[in-house]
Amino acid sequence: AGQDVGRSCILVSIGGKNIMLDCGMHMGYNDDRRFPDFSYITQNGRLTDFLDCVIISHFHLDHCGALPYMSEMVGYDGPIYMTHPTKAICPILLEDFRKITVDKKGETNFFTSQMIKDCMKKVVPLNLHQTVQVDDELEIKAYYAGHVLGAAMVHIKVGSESVVYTGDYNMTPDRHLGAAWIDKCRPDILISESTYATTIRDSKRCRERDFLKKVHETIERGGKVLIPVFALGRAQELCILLETFWERMNLKAPIYFSTGLTEKANHYYKLFITWTNQKIRKTFVQRNMFEFKHIKAFDRSYADNPGPMVVFATPGMLHAGQSLQIFKKWAGNEKNMVIMPGYCVQGTIGHKILNGQRKLEMEGRSTLDVKLQVEYMSFSAHADAKGIMQLIRMAEPRNMLLVHGEAVKMEFLKGKIEQEFSIDCYMPANGETATVTTNPSVPVDISLNLLKREMALGGPLPDPKKPRTMHGTLIMKENSLKLVSSEQALKELGLNEHQLRFTCRVQLQDPHSDPDTLHRIYTHLKSVLKGYTIQHLPDGTVMVESIVIKVSSSAEDPNTKVLLLSWSYQVKRCHRQL
Amino acid sequence: YCLSGHPTLPCNVLKFKSTTIMLDCGLDTTSVLNFLPLPLVHSPRLSKLPGWVSKDGTINLEKELKECAGRVFVDSQPEFCLPERELLDLSTIDVILISNYHCMMALPYITEHTGFTGTVYATEPTLQIGRLLMEELVNFMERVPKAQSATCWKNKEMQRMLPGPLKDAVDVWTWKRCYSMQEVNSALSKVQLVGYSQKVELFGAVQISPLSSGYSLGSSNWIIQSHHEKVSYVSGSSLLTTHPQPMDQSSLKNSDVLILTGLTQMPTANPDGMLGEFCSNLAMTIRAGGNVLVPCYSSGVIYDLLECLYQFIESANLGTTPFYFISPVANSSLEFSQIFAEWLCHNKQSKVYLPEPPFPHAELIQTNKLKHYPSIHGDFSSEFRQPCVVFTGHPSLRFGDVVHFMELWGKSSLNTIIFTEPDFSYLDALAPYQPLAMKCVYCPIDTRLNFHQVSKLLKEVQPLHVVCPEQYTQPPVTQSHRSDLMLELQPPPMPYRRCSVLNLPFRRRYERVYILPELANSLVPSEIKPGISLATVSAVLHSKDNKHTLQSVPKPPPVPPSKKRKRVIEEPPVMLAPKPLLSGAVPLEAFLATLQKHGITEVKVEETADGHILHLQAEDTLIQLEEDGTHIVCDNNEPLRTKLRDLVLRFLQKL
Repeated sequence: AGQDVGRSCILVSIGGKNIMLDCGMHMGYNDDRRFPDFSYITQNGRLTDFLDCVIISHFHLDHCGALPYMSEMVGYDGPIYMTHPTKAICPILLEDFRKITVDKKGETNFFTSQMIKDCMKKVVPLNLHQTVQVDDELEIKAYYAGHVLGAAMVHIKVGSESVVYTGDYNMTPDRHLGAAWIDKCRPDILISESTYATTIRDSKRCRERDFLKKVHETIERGGKVLIPVFALGRAQELCILLETFWERMNLKAPIYFSTGLTEKANHYYKLFITWTNQKIRKTFVQRNMFEFKHIKAFDRSYADNPGPMVVFATPGMLHAGQSLQIFKKWAGNEKNMVIMPGYCVQGTIGHKILNGQRKLEMEGRSTLDVKLQVEYMSFSAHADAKGIMQLIRMAEPRNMLLVHGEAVKMEFLKGKIEQEFSIDCYMPANGETATVTTNPSVPVDISLNLLKREMALGGPLPDPKKPRTMHGTLIMKENSLKLVSSEQALKELGLNEHQLRFTCRVQLQDPHSDPDTLHRIYTHLKSVLKGYTIQHLPDGTVMVESIVIKVSSSAEDPNTKVLLLSWSYQVKRCHRQL
Repeated sequence: YCLSGHPTLPCNVLKFKSTTIMLDCGLDTTSVLNFLPLPLVHSPRLSKLPGWVSKDGTINLEKELKECAGRVFVDSQPEFCLPERELLDLSTIDVILISNYHCMMALPYITEHTGFTGTVYATEPTLQIGRLLMEELVNFMERVPKAQSATCWKNKEMQRMLPGPLKDAVDVWTWKRCYSMQEVNSALSKVQLVGYSQKVELFGAVQISPLSSGYSLGSSNWIIQSHHEKVSYVSGSSLLTTHPQPMDQSSLKNSDVLILTGLTQMPTANPDGMLGEFCSNLAMTIRAGGNVLVPCYSSGVIYDLLECLYQFIESANLGTTPFYFISPVANSSLEFSQIFAEWLCHNKQSKVYLPEPPFPHAELIQTNKLKHYPSIHGDFSSEFRQPCVVFTGHPSLRFGDVVHFMELWGKSSLNTIIFTEPDFSYLDALAPYQPLAMKCVYCPIDTRLNFHQVSKLLKEVQPLHVVCPEQYTQPPVTQSHRSDLMLELQPPPMPYRRCSVLNLPFRRRYERVYILPELANSLVPSEIKPGISLATVSAVLHSKDNKHTLQSVPKPPPVPPSKKRKRVIEEPPVMLAPKPLLSGAVPLEAFLATLQKHGITEVKVEETADGHILHLQAEDTLIQLEEDGTHIVCDNNEPLRTKLRDLVLRFLQKL
């Protein structure tokens, strides 16, 4: 998804581990460009040896569509992580997609149903906030992303280095899902989608009102409304919206939902209610929001029924399937309306009509005149520029990497991020590698004695003006790093300490007796050297810290005293002052 | 600190690395057995019970105490035996870890009105179902308010004179009535949700993490660890495959201390066998035209019972018998059980993928075989058909809708009551209903670990020390010859009882610090022995939020040219690195050769007991060389001393 939307697939090498983030397909292509280029990892052979794990953020095909191709046709046997709802829904969408491609379009060289099943066997389900230890060093943790049911962001950590991959996310709660959330995990890199990098969307309420108004107007004048959606996700949000509107306005026009998937899809929402938003979760015992009264299943023949109706049909970008069929039927009548509630990938019919194209070339060289009204309503749950900035503030990354967006828009956001947070921002194109240097600290075990001694000396509050220096010895043994005091290090390694002492004789004239001289020296030193411990010991010596001073008279002249100053190598320079 | 004497409803406090952690918050409800049942509709039988007067007639408590079939009961709103609240200041508790929904019922007593300001950690199912159970309890109590509150019998002098078991009840003056819904809501608002294997940092000092324990929905064991120490808290775990996610055993390995609570209360009863007995008794009674009453909690084993019955109903030809589940939270409990797919066992999870509801009671409800009602009032009374099977609470038979059914069905020997919950002795539970004609079957189903499984588990995870309630260190009183019904370990487990305080055998020796990259780059390691390298580190220690980092010593800022020079001189000693410790020995021959190279030629060597004395004649200097020391005696000749020092240092290793 480098500088482009579709076929999300990102490789991360971190601390010697290789992780594949998402494995999507591109909706706009029907050839080799449909799937990510796995030859980038290895020219021939399987990927198992090159990847430590694969993580799928959510069930949209541009994030998981190439999974069976990768695992079964290219070859990968390692773990694939995804959340429970993703694991439940993903194989259904894949199978659906396979049917359209193989059975309808007659393509060969595509994955089979069995391959989807085999691929799903390699999936390890992931719970929110659960820390999964992939191996001894690699751990991953999922956060709520709010894009679709079961969408997750992942935090990947190896040692003290970490990456957060957002997948697709949404920072504003909607009618059925909550907002994305992450804690202040300070990753080295935050890989974020940037679909709406330059958009700052108006409030959700306005958009909803607009949407209802347009639907209502069309129905009033007897037109038909087509809403191409993906079976799961936005569809449910819009269903809840229309359902409550129909109830409030007491409308009679039928609402249909195409394909048998619906029933099932709504059932998934009921069972995974913990993944929806607060309100739905609180009230589900009394009234399950996903049991619709006004929305009925669609049959192909209904499309020719007279009178107004609203139809939700799959897929969402009008590139194939039922939504395209209905579109063709209704395109000629200007009373009708098509509302595109989400993003359309380049190359799809959805994208073309949104760009104002009014004559479409269909298969078999026929052209289609588009007369019906085309409306675009951004209901797809991606974070807008504001949301992306908000997430950066939440996670406080050291570097930023943008994917899943258009290059021009990314460039703009990149500038904004660099300016506002003064962190580096990368936006690699497909096939390009961005290298981010991290600066990890080294974890070391410190002896508690040393630490406590040091903390006690430092006082209860650190003094920024007078930083204390701590000294110790680092023992590196096999794989362990231990920091201990020097004395303890000697003991632990069985080494003897070697004492290095110096002695110096100073002669001075003094008529007093030896002990008196010593005492005079003691009192003198006491007055001069403030802040040192000076002791007069009973064995006739004076100790200044660890410097020993002895006095003896010379044999010839009792007035000439010889001062013996003795100190060890470790003593600091204060002896000079003596 | 042990605050609860009940081994399956524990409440302990652990002080670890300056954090105070409460482990579970169990409420000992066995105290309610001393009270009279709270009937939903006026019961002439209960109100006619004679008051109690001591034999010699000196004590007359007939208002408070009633006698029934030779036992004395308190006629008052039932009260609970709380965890000990005097042993330590509850406001100092930083966090409370909840292991399952049965072990959180005392939460409002701990978090409310005690000055508690900490956080409670629990999984989502534990919170939701725990809330339901508390709601149910409050509801049971509040819908039949009792005007009188008996207190006289609690007087110590009085209590001494009472017949057992009232006489032996402990701490009766601390017993408390049930909390209010408001207190429940306030207590539960302090709960922070966690997922299995989620690592939560406490003050940067300790990391806690819940693990699946396999006992109930969202039930967990807890790991409390720092970088070098690990405490495991195992509470209410199960190795049987019922509905919850299987127990995570491997993460318990390498613990320094393992705190073991919540073992099975029915070590001799096999849950599978009990389930079989349950079904056959149920079928027998129904066929004979009787009703079956199952007193139970509204979450937990009931899911397994319903699942078992789902398969059993057809084969036993019970397709037309109505099953009723009556509880103020019956609907919520059944609904909630279906949405916690992540917390279920693998089999149930794969059902959700289909997508189908994980528990078959959804189908029982759909086909109208199982009906649920908030209480016996309302719809139930009109739809009620006999013979039938009723699941309802509370298992103590002292309050809840079950009291009504006891009064209703107790007189007929056609009916059967089947006890499945192990928390209460069934004889004690039935005492206030005696004499009773209905059949009683006791099939306690307790899926928690038994002693055999525990010893296997402990062998597997190898903790250094085990701490457990004293009840587990001796065989049960009633079966004192069964030495297999106790824990036998090497080293022996450390037992605790209510109000005891144990010192855990910990020796903390190391702590984690982080060396910043800049400093790490500047370190110069030298190999001392093969495979062992040393480097001296001088750094500034920064401690923040209990995390320690070592930074390079900042360079002293350039001294601004000022007149106050004196102050500048005073500063440096703090900054200077001390001279390193030395080790090794100075070899004589090599040292002499070095001296010569540096122009010191006139050396007289004298051998002593411990080494050599070198006399540098020209310089009038002595050097004592010994195995573990060198002594340089020279007069005021600084350059020479420095030179000699450097020469000696060449032969020594510095630390």
